[in-house]
Amino acid sequence: MTTLTNRPTSRWERFRDSYLLYSFKRDLIAQVSLLVFIVLVAAAVLAPWLAPMDPYDLTQIDILASELPPFWVDGSDPTYLMGTDAQGRDLLSTILYGARVSLIIGFGAVAMQAALGVCFGLLAGYLGGRVDAFLMRLADIQLSFSTLMVAIVVGALFKAIFGGGTFSDYAVPLLVLIIGLAEWPQYARTVRASVLAEKGKEYVDAARVMGLPSRRIMFRHILPNTLSPIFVISTVQVANAIISEAALSFLGLGMPETQPSLGSLIKSGFDYLQSGSWWITLIPGLVLVILVLVINLLGDWLRDVLNPRLYKG
Amino acid sequence: MIAFLIKRLFHALLVMFVISVIAFSIQDNLGDPIQQMVGQSVPESEREVLREELGLNDPFVVQYLRFAGNAAHFDFGYSYIFNEPTTQVIMRHLPATLELVAATTFLIIVLSVPIGVYSAIKPRAWLSRFFMGVSIIGISIPVFLTAIVLIQLFAIGVSWTPFPAGTGWGAWLNDLITTEGGMPAYGRGDPVPVFGTWETNFASLEGLTYLVLPAISLASIMLPLFIRLIRAEMLEVLQSDYVKFARAKGISPRRIYFLHALKNTMLPVITVGGVQIGTLVAYTILTETVFQWPGMGLMFLDAIERSDIPLIVTYLMIVGLIFVITNTLVDLIYGLINPTVKLTGKPA
Amino acid sequence: MSLLDVNHLDVRFALRGGDVRALRDVCFSLDRGERLGIVGESGAGKSVAAFSLLNLIAKPGYIAGGSIRFDDQELIGLSDRKLRKVRGHRMSMIFQDPMMTLNPVLTIGEQMLECLKAHRRISSREARSISLNKLQQVQIPSPEARLDQYPHELSGGMRQRVIIAIALLLDPDIIIADEPTTALDVTIQAEIMALLLELCEKHNVGLILITHDLGVVSQVTQRMLVMYAGRVIEQGPTREIINDPQHPYTQGLINALPQMATPGSRLNQIPGSMPSLSNLPSGCAFHPRCTFVERADGSRRQACHDQVPEFVTSGNCQAACHMVAEMIESERIPAEEQD
Repeated sequence: MTTLTNRPTSRWERFRDSYLLYSFKRDLIAQVSLLVFIVLVAAAVLAPWLAPMDPYDLTQIDILASELPPFWVDGSDPTYLMGTDAQGRDLLSTILYGARVSLIIGFGAVAMQAALGVCFGLLAGYLGGRVDAFLMRLADIQLSFSTLMVAIVVGALFKAIFGGGTFSDYAVPLLVLIIGLAEWPQYARTVRASVLAEKGKEYVDAARVMGLPSRRIMFRHILPNTLSPIFVISTVQVANAIISEAALSFLGLGMPETQPSLGSLIKSGFDYLQSGSWWITLIPGLVLVILVLVINLLGDWLRDVLNPRLYKG
Repeated sequence: MIAFLIKRLFHALLVMFVISVIAFSIQDNLGDPIQQMVGQSVPESEREVLREELGLNDPFVVQYLRFAGNAAHFDFGYSYIFNEPTTQVIMRHLPATLELVAATTFLIIVLSVPIGVYSAIKPRAWLSRFFMGVSIIGISIPVFLTAIVLIQLFAIGVSWTPFPAGTGWGAWLNDLITTEGGMPAYGRGDPVPVFGTWETNFASLEGLTYLVLPAISLASIMLPLFIRLIRAEMLEVLQSDYVKFARAKGISPRRIYFLHALKNTMLPVITVGGVQIGTLVAYTILTETVFQWPGMGLMFLDAIERSDIPLIVTYLMIVGLIFVITNTLVDLIYGLINPTVKLTGKPA
Repeated sequence: MSLLDVNHLDVRFALRGGDVRALRDVCFSLDRGERLGIVGESGAGKSVAAFSLLNLIAKPGYIAGGSIRFDDQELIGLSDRKLRKVRGHRMSMIFQDPMMTLNPVLTIGEQMLECLKAHRRISSREARSISLNKLQQVQIPSPEARLDQYPHELSGGMRQRVIIAIALLLDPDIIIADEPTTALDVTIQAEIMALLLELCEKHNVGLILITHDLGVVSQVTQRMLVMYAGRVIEQGPTREIINDPQHPYTQGLINALPQMATPGSRLNQIPGSMPSLSNLPSGCAFHPRCTFVERADGSRRQACHDQVPEFVTSGNCQAACHMVAEMIESERIPAEEQD
């Protein structure tokens, strides 16, 4: 009997009994959002197998078939379900590949921000004093300039340093770096706030009294307790990063048209809006909005459930 | 009061210092004024003489001090593309951007406060839920996409719908979906000159119509944020003891909501608002691009595309100055509203 | 007819898992100028009782039944507009934490004047002089200057004096004080309590004092109620209850006072803790913690497990306890036999 009750619960059992799952089962919006998100991610990941055409393969592109409307509009070609863009690429395929690029940059940029922000936040919160004052002042200045502005300036710099050609070749890692550099303060402030809250607690004192090194206390003791706010802002930040990437691409500081993301697709279609070809810009736009919306809805739900100490203001 | 101002001024100078160092590093590393002045054909030896004359071989600090000294007089050199002093170029584009930001700020204040307060007072009403739903969708739409959709709906117009016009409901839906278009969505029309290079869109009805779509687009990104923020803060304040005490005193609900609660709600909102003004200026780059609004944002993008380093640097410095000034003003307003902040600089 | 008559008051909180009953069957009354103490552990429903008198319970709480008659007027079901004329005017409140009760962004003067103006049509100058007068009554130094100060410029004790002044502004019939001294320094507690008592006596104001401090109750009030898990379990004249508590819970509370313990030995305490309102024990809610469920002869009193006890009268006091009922019963039978 005692062995049965003392048996350590497995991770799965803990998850199954958790409040997280319980509230998920009761929240229709969260369920639908997760479903849509999974479908979109799966479609993007499987783009090479799902897409009817390869937009990167120039031989498949028929310039004569450019600006064809989607299937429900007069004058459409059944080969191209969602129509074609100005270069004659199949829009559906281009969107699938584009969503792939957007998601890669979105997640990559968040990993980048999180790495920078968590390290700086931990340092600022744990060490305090001048390090704290310096890092937080820097974060303040950067935030007062707005993350988008910083991203645009850094993007412009990179483009000037590397030149347009090189920038296009390495656009994905460069965008990850740009958005990561622009948005780390969000993480740093949230992590710092929770570190300050945790630092005062007895278990940290206990660890220090035991003579554990600072690094170990920070990463093994404090960091795990700051995970739930990190988790919550990460969802919102993925949505933000995808929007930032789209904005940069729209301004011509992001993905080139030959290797389009959702943002550069919208940009390339915008020039044809006046001539009536609304689908080139509005269909990828709709996909982008749905993608960002479901991530934001999931983020909202997570924030309500985990209710972490988020940095306010 | 004076101590507070001095403290804020010191902070502002510090920020401007950081910005100017960054701006100068950009200029120092990326701009080559010699190339700009003499072109390719001049031999290296002559370039070197010029360089020495212009002080480009001086140490970094000396060059920075010269840069900062000139910057204090608003002298940032000549723009490559316009061939005139960069500050002149900026001053020509500044009014358009400021008017756009002003119109947007007006929209945000006029809409976010009543909607936010309403949805906090009646959190369960269907209208509040509707506002919350719309606001999360609003947050998820990038500002340039909002702009594009607005252009399609109100400038180009929608003539095609998938519904049969013959049936009653089809015609009804057609009426609902189709729009005339015709709203101006390109540039700022014929603004009325005020003085010098300053022209305004506020002076005529026609000028205002040019502002409508760009201002709505720009507002669309901030409005949901503020509605959610005001609602959240107000909900918290309504739970507080002092609101309960005001009720126990028999004060009318109107006075409780709009004096007791709103005044406390606005304190954090003002702080966030100060930061968001910076974001608003950043987003003008996107809105101005879509609407070809001839402001600083459009000019900045142009400068980036054509590597007009002096113009880029000037833009950064001027925008930095605008941020610093607005943030200081916001702090001042906050201090005036919040009695617990003593403007004398002593800790409260 | 008393000034205030509360009968069978039933307050519930509508929560996701169903209604939680915060107050059940609460009855008491208050005469003009009388001082009543409501005592109990935190969570017993004292504050809910206080707030429900003026229908100030926050959602999801609501009054599910009962009656509150005040000066021949039924308060339950009264429109908010009419209730507002009672709030702050005929019945005013003092809250627990003076640091949180005053609005931080409004001056003391604004917060006093608005209360007067909400109930009387008077000029600002008149309102100001009344406010000044009340601030003098609560012995605030330099009251003139206080009117233009903000709450954060005053200490906790000073703020509570201001709040008492606000409560007295319109010469109410009743003041409801919800733990008015708990948040204050011990040295100031006695001062504030003495001030409140003095002012109530002087102006013949009724006082409903909510507290967990039996010492304060015995000094200030004439009658008291003891609450447990949303019910009144004992009521009567304060002196009699303190000297001779009937209900085992009240006995436990009084025995737990430090002055009741022999010096050097452990303090007495009631075993266990108060049950959650959403999961009350059957029968008498106190029975799992009660040492008298077992009779002196070792047999168990089944009624404690099964039946909610009714009030029985013993002297001037009433207690809701099966054990007390049994004792009264057994005393009465021999008495009848003697006749």
